[in-house]
Amino acid sequence: MRDAEARRLWAANLLRAAAVPLTAVVPAFFMDGFTVLGTHLAWLCVCVLCVGTLNVGLCLVLKPSLPPKRSSVATKISRFLKCCIYFFMSCILFHAIIVLYGAPLIESVTETFLFAVLLSTFTTLQCLCMLGPNIQAWIRVFSKNGATSIWENSLQITTTCSILGAWFGAFPIPLDWDRPWQVWPISCSLGATFGYVAGLIIAPLWIHWNWKQLTYKSR
Amino acid sequence: MRLRSGVLAAGCLLLQAMGVAIFLRGFFPMAVRARPRGEPPGDGPAEPAPPGSGAVSNWSAMPPPLFRKVVLVLIDALREDFVFGPKGKQFMPYATQVIEKGTSYSFVAEAKPPTVTMPRIKALMTGSIPGFIDVVVNLNSPALLDDNLIWQAKTAGKRIIFYGDDTWVKLFPKHFVEYDGTTSFFVSDFTEVDDNVTRHLDRVLKREDWDLLILHYLGLDHIGHVTGPNSPQVGPKLREMDNILKKIHISLLSKEGEASLPSLLVVCGDHGMSETGSHGGSSEGEVHTPLLFISSAFEKRSGPLTQPELVQQTDLASTLAVGLGLPISRNSVGTLILPVVGGKTMREQLRFLHLNGFQLSRLLEENTPAYEKDPGYEQFKIAEKSHGNWIKLYLEGNNSEILMNLGKKVLKQYLEALKTLSASLSKQVAQYDMYSMMVGTVIVMEVLLLLLLSVPKALSSRAEFEVPLSPSLFSLLFYLMCLVLCAVHVIVCTSAESLCYFCSMSWLTALGVMMLISALMCGILSAIGKILENSRLPVKNPVVSSSSWSEVDVLMLAGTIGHVLSLGASSFIEEEHQTWYFLINTLCLALCQELCRNHFLLKECDPQHGISLKQNFDGIGEASDCKNIDVPTSGNSKLDKVASSAEFIKGSDKWISLASPWIILICCRLLRSLNQTGVQWAHRPDFGHWLTSSEHKSELSFLAAVSLVMIFFLVQRRCSLVSKIAMALGLLGVYSYRAAIGNVVFPWQHDSKDISKGITEARFVYVFVLGIVFTGTKDLLKSQVISADSSVKSTGLWEVYSGLVLLAALLFRPHNLPVLVFCLLIQTMMTKYIWRPLKCDVAQITIMHYWFGQAFFYFQGNSNGIATVDVSAGFVGLESYVEIPAIFLTAFATYAGPLLWAIHLLCYLSSEVSRNAAAVGHGCFCYALMRSIPVAIYILLVTGLRYHLFIWSVFSPKLLYEGVHVFITAAICLFFTAMDQNHSQKVQD
Repeated sequence: MRDAEARRLWAANLLRAAAVPLTAVVPAFFMDGFTVLGTHLAWLCVCVLCVGTLNVGLCLVLKPSLPPKRSSVATKISRFLKCCIYFFMSCILFHAIIVLYGAPLIESVTETFLFAVLLSTFTTLQCLCMLGPNIQAWIRVFSKNGATSIWENSLQITTTCSILGAWFGAFPIPLDWDRPWQVWPISCSLGATFGYVAGLIIAPLWIHWNWKQLTYKSR
Repeated sequence: MRLRSGVLAAGCLLLQAMGVAIFLRGFFPMAVRARPRGEPPGDGPAEPAPPGSGAVSNWSAMPPPLFRKVVLVLIDALREDFVFGPKGKQFMPYATQVIEKGTSYSFVAEAKPPTVTMPRIKALMTGSIPGFIDVVVNLNSPALLDDNLIWQAKTAGKRIIFYGDDTWVKLFPKHFVEYDGTTSFFVSDFTEVDDNVTRHLDRVLKREDWDLLILHYLGLDHIGHVTGPNSPQVGPKLREMDNILKKIHISLLSKEGEASLPSLLVVCGDHGMSETGSHGGSSEGEVHTPLLFISSAFEKRSGPLTQPELVQQTDLASTLAVGLGLPISRNSVGTLILPVVGGKTMREQLRFLHLNGFQLSRLLEENTPAYEKDPGYEQFKIAEKSHGNWIKLYLEGNNSEILMNLGKKVLKQYLEALKTLSASLSKQVAQYDMYSMMVGTVIVMEVLLLLLLSVPKALSSRAEFEVPLSPSLFSLLFYLMCLVLCAVHVIVCTSAESLCYFCSMSWLTALGVMMLISALMCGILSAIGKILENSRLPVKNPVVSSSSWSEVDVLMLAGTIGHVLSLGASSFIEEEHQTWYFLINTLCLALCQELCRNHFLLKECDPQHGISLKQNFDGIGEASDCKNIDVPTSGNSKLDKVASSAEFIKGSDKWISLASPWIILICCRLLRSLNQTGVQWAHRPDFGHWLTSSEHKSELSFLAAVSLVMIFFLVQRRCSLVSKIAMALGLLGVYSYRAAIGNVVFPWQHDSKDISKGITEARFVYVFVLGIVFTGTKDLLKSQVISADSSVKSTGLWEVYSGLVLLAALLFRPHNLPVLVFCLLIQTMMTKYIWRPLKCDVAQITIMHYWFGQAFFYFQGNSNGIATVDVSAGFVGLESYVEIPAIFLTAFATYAGPLLWAIHLLCYLSSEVSRNAAAVGHGCFCYALMRSIPVAIYILLVTGLRYHLFIWSVFSPKLLYEGVHVFITAAICLFFTAMDQNHSQKVQD
C-alpha cells in the first residue's frame, strides 16, 4: 500500500518537476523572441498557468487527500470559491511581504505582483489542492511532526524549498555584475522556481531514506 | 583565576581594540615616503651631456618661468560635466566659448580616492598621492611639511595671494602674502562663502604685486551636499563662476600687452560629486574633474572639438612648477602635461621632460631597492641617452628636418618613460606595514578564539570562566614563546628596509605585546586541552544538538555567518544595509511564525488535551530546555512556560502580540525609504531628500514636532518626575535649536530672517542631557552603595538611556528624528509583546539587539563610505572647532543606532535579572562575541584583498568603521561589566 503510494508520489512529483523546464522551452516555438530573461513577465505567466493547471489536474486525478466525502454541488462550489479567495489573499500577502522586504512600492508593481502569484502557485495552490481551504489542517501540517502522509511530507518540503529558493534568490541583487538576471524580480523568481523543482525531487528521496522513521499517526 | 563572563568579554574586547589599533596603524601607513624638504632647492640637473668626451651642454641653469602670472581658480566639487557637459554649455557660456574657440587646453583630471578636499589639495600642490588616513585628520589639518609647489614658490620669492577655504591657510601657514580664509562648516551657506572670495577680486586684479593668485570657491560643494548635482541651484552658481572666470580672463588679457610674458589661468576642481551630491568615494562623477588651462601663449583652438584628454590630478603640480620656473616637488608622481609647454622650442620641451623624468627617477631610487630593474627607469635612461645625442646634433648646429624628427622621437620616449615611472610610483603608495598588520591580526584572532572557546563556560548558569594563568606547565611554553617571538621581532626589525610602526615602538612596549600574545596563546591551548579532557569523560550535561534548534536560532547562526562571509565582496560592503534589512525582515517573520505557533498550538492543546499534540509540545519544550543552557531551573521552565503562555493567550493583547512583528516590519519599511543609502541605489529619490528640500520646510517642521512629542511619550514612562520635566524641556530645546539654525520653522514665525548658530539653544539642551544622565548615575550609585531594590537601578539605567536619546535627538538632522521614534517604538513593542511572551533566552535577545542596532546604523543614513558621516553633528553648540567634543559628538551621532540598542539591551537584561541572575554577564559576552567575529574575519579578508582594485574606496572606509565600532563596543562592554559588578556584589552580600 505504501509502496504504491510512494510510486504515485514519485510519478506526480517528476511530472510536476518536468513541467517547469518545459515552460521555458516550449513557448519559444509559438512566440517570437520568448526567453526567460528577456520576456520575463510572459514566462512568469506561462509558468504560473502551467504549474497551476498541472497541480489542479493531478489533484483531481490522484486524489491524495483522504477519502472523498459525498458532498452536494453547493458545498463543492463554496469550497471552490473559498479556495479562490484564499489563493487571492495569499497573493496579496506575498506581495505585501515582498514590498516589506524592500521591493519598490509603485514602480514595477506588475513584476512584483506576478512574482507573488508565482510564489502562491508554488506554495498556497499546492496546499489548497492537497488540504482544501481548511486552516486547521494547514497549521497541523506545518507544525513540527504534523504530517500524516507522505503527500503532506512532500508538501512541507516543496513549500519550504520554494520559499527558501526565493529568499536565496535575493542574494545576488546587490552585486555589481550588471547581469540581466540581476534585474528585479528575475533572480528571486528563478530562485523560487529552482527551489520548487529541487523540493519536488528532494521530497521523494527524503521519504525514501527516512522510510523507517516515518510513522504517521492517524487522526 | 576565575573571571565572570562580563569581565572576560570586556577584557577581551579591550585587547581586541588594541589589536585593531595596531593593525590599522600598519594598514594605513603615515606618508612614509615624504622626505623632509631640508636643504633649499638647488638647481635641477643639467641637460644630459652629449656623448663624446669633453662636450658639455651650455644650459645647466633652471629654465626661466613661462608665465608671468598664474591664477588658479579651484571650484570645490566641480564635476567634469559641469564644464564640458550640457550643463556647462548652458550655464558657462564664456568657458564654453574659450574651450571651443579660444586659446586654451582642456583636460579631464582624474582624482584618486578618497575624494575629500584636504587630500585633494595636497595632491594638487605636492603632486603626490596622500594616504588614506588623511581623510581622518581631514578636519584638523596640520601644516603640510612635504615639499610642495607653494613652498617652492615662496622660497623662490614669488608673492602668493589666497582667498577661499581656510584648509589652505592651515596647510600653508605663513606662505601667503595676503589671504582670507572662509570656513566650510556651515554647509547650508551657498552664497556667503563665495562672496567672501569674490569681494577681493576687483582690487587684486588691478594690482601688480603678486605672482600667483589662488581662489578656492566652496559654494558649489555646499549646494551639492545639501541638494545634489541636479538641483536648480547649481545652474546660477555655475553662471556666477563663469562670470568670475570671464572677469579674471579679461583682466589678465588687458595686462598682457605691457609685459613680455603671458599669464596663465587654470580652472580646476578638487573632486567631483556623486549623483547624490556627496563625495569621498570613487564613482565616476566623483573622480572626474575638469582641468582648464587658458593663456594667450597657447595656439588658438581650431578644428572640431574633441573629447578632453584624461590626465591625472597630480600632473598639475609638475606642470605648474615648470610653468612658474620652479623645481618640481620631490614627492610628486605627476607628469608634465606637454601641450601646456607645446609652444616652446624643441630644446626647451625636452629639457622640461628631462627635469620631470629626473625627479621621478630619483623618487623611485629613494623608495625602491631594485629601482634599476623598473621598466620606467630603464626607459628613462634610454631616453636620456637619445636626448644627449640630440643635443650633440643640436650643438653642432644641425637644424634640419632630421633634428626635428629625432627630437619628436626623444619626446615620445620621454613621455612613455614618464608614464611608466608615474604609474609604478603611484602603485607604491599603497605600501603596507605587514609586520604591524600581522601582530594586530594575531592578537585579534587569538582573542576571538579565546572568546569562542569560552562560549560553553561563559554562557553556563555560573557565568564564570576559568582563565588558567598560573599552571606551571604552560609557563615553560610561555617563556619559550616569548623568547621566540622576541627573536623574530629583532630579526624582522633589523632586516626590514621600510619603515615599520611596530619596530619604532619602544622595546619595552614591544616586549609587553609579545608577552600578551604568548599568554593568550597559552590560554587558548589550555582551554582546548580542557575541552578535550571533558570530551573524554562521559557526557554529563546534554550536548546541544542541532535538531533542538528553533528556526530563530538557525536564522541567527546563518545570518551571522552569512553576513561575515558577505564582507569579502565589495558590492556587499557597499550595500551592507541591504544585508541587515534583509536579515531583520526575516527575523521578524521568523518571530511571527514562532508567535503563531505558540498561540495556535496552545489553543488546540488547551481545550482538547490531545495527547499527540501535548507530546509534540513537550518535545518543543524539551528542545528549548536543552537550548537554554543558561536557564538555571530547567525543570521549572516548562511549567513556567505553559503557565505564562496560557496567561498570555487569555490576555486581551493577544492580537497585538500577533500583529507586532508586522507593525515592526512596516516601521522598518518606512525607515528604509527615509534614507536611501549605499552606492548603487543611492541616487534614488528618498523621503529624506524630499523633506530637506527648501519648499517642504513646513512638512519637515511638522514631522520633527510630532517626532519629538512621540519621543517624549515613549521615553517618559519609566522616568522619575524630575527627568520627565527635564526631558520635555530638553526636547523643546531641540526644536528651538533646529528653528534657530533655520532647519525648521515655528508656526507663528514665517520669515526666517536671522539664522544663527543656535549656540544658546544647543547648550540649553546639553544642560538637560547632563542633568538627566547625572540623575540616572546618581540612582545607579545609590543602588550600588545602599544596595536598594533593583527598581532604583533600572530607573537609573533608563534615565541614562533617556539622556542619550535626548542627545541623539539634538544631534540628528531633523528629518532623521522619525528614526529615533521608530527605534523607541520597536524596542517597546519587542519588549512587551515578543521577548517577554516568547521567553527568548539572553543570547537570542542580545543578537536581536545587535542586528537591529546595525540596521538602525543604516536607517539613519549612514553607509560604509566616508562621505555619509554627518560632520555637522560635531559643531552643535560649539562656537568653533574644538577637537575632543567634536570627535565625541560626531562618533555618537554616527553610531547612535547601535549604541542606543546596546544600552536598551542593558536596561532590558537588568530588568530580567530576577529571572536569570547571570543575564547581564551573558548579554555582555554575547555582544562582545557578535562584534569580535566580524571584525576578526574582516581583518583577515582585508589583508588578503589588500591589492584589490577597490581597497581604498570600499574596503578601507569599512575597516575604519569596523575599527571605531570595536572601540565603541569595548566602552559599552565596560559599562555592562560595571553594572554587572554591582549586581554580583549585591548577590554576595
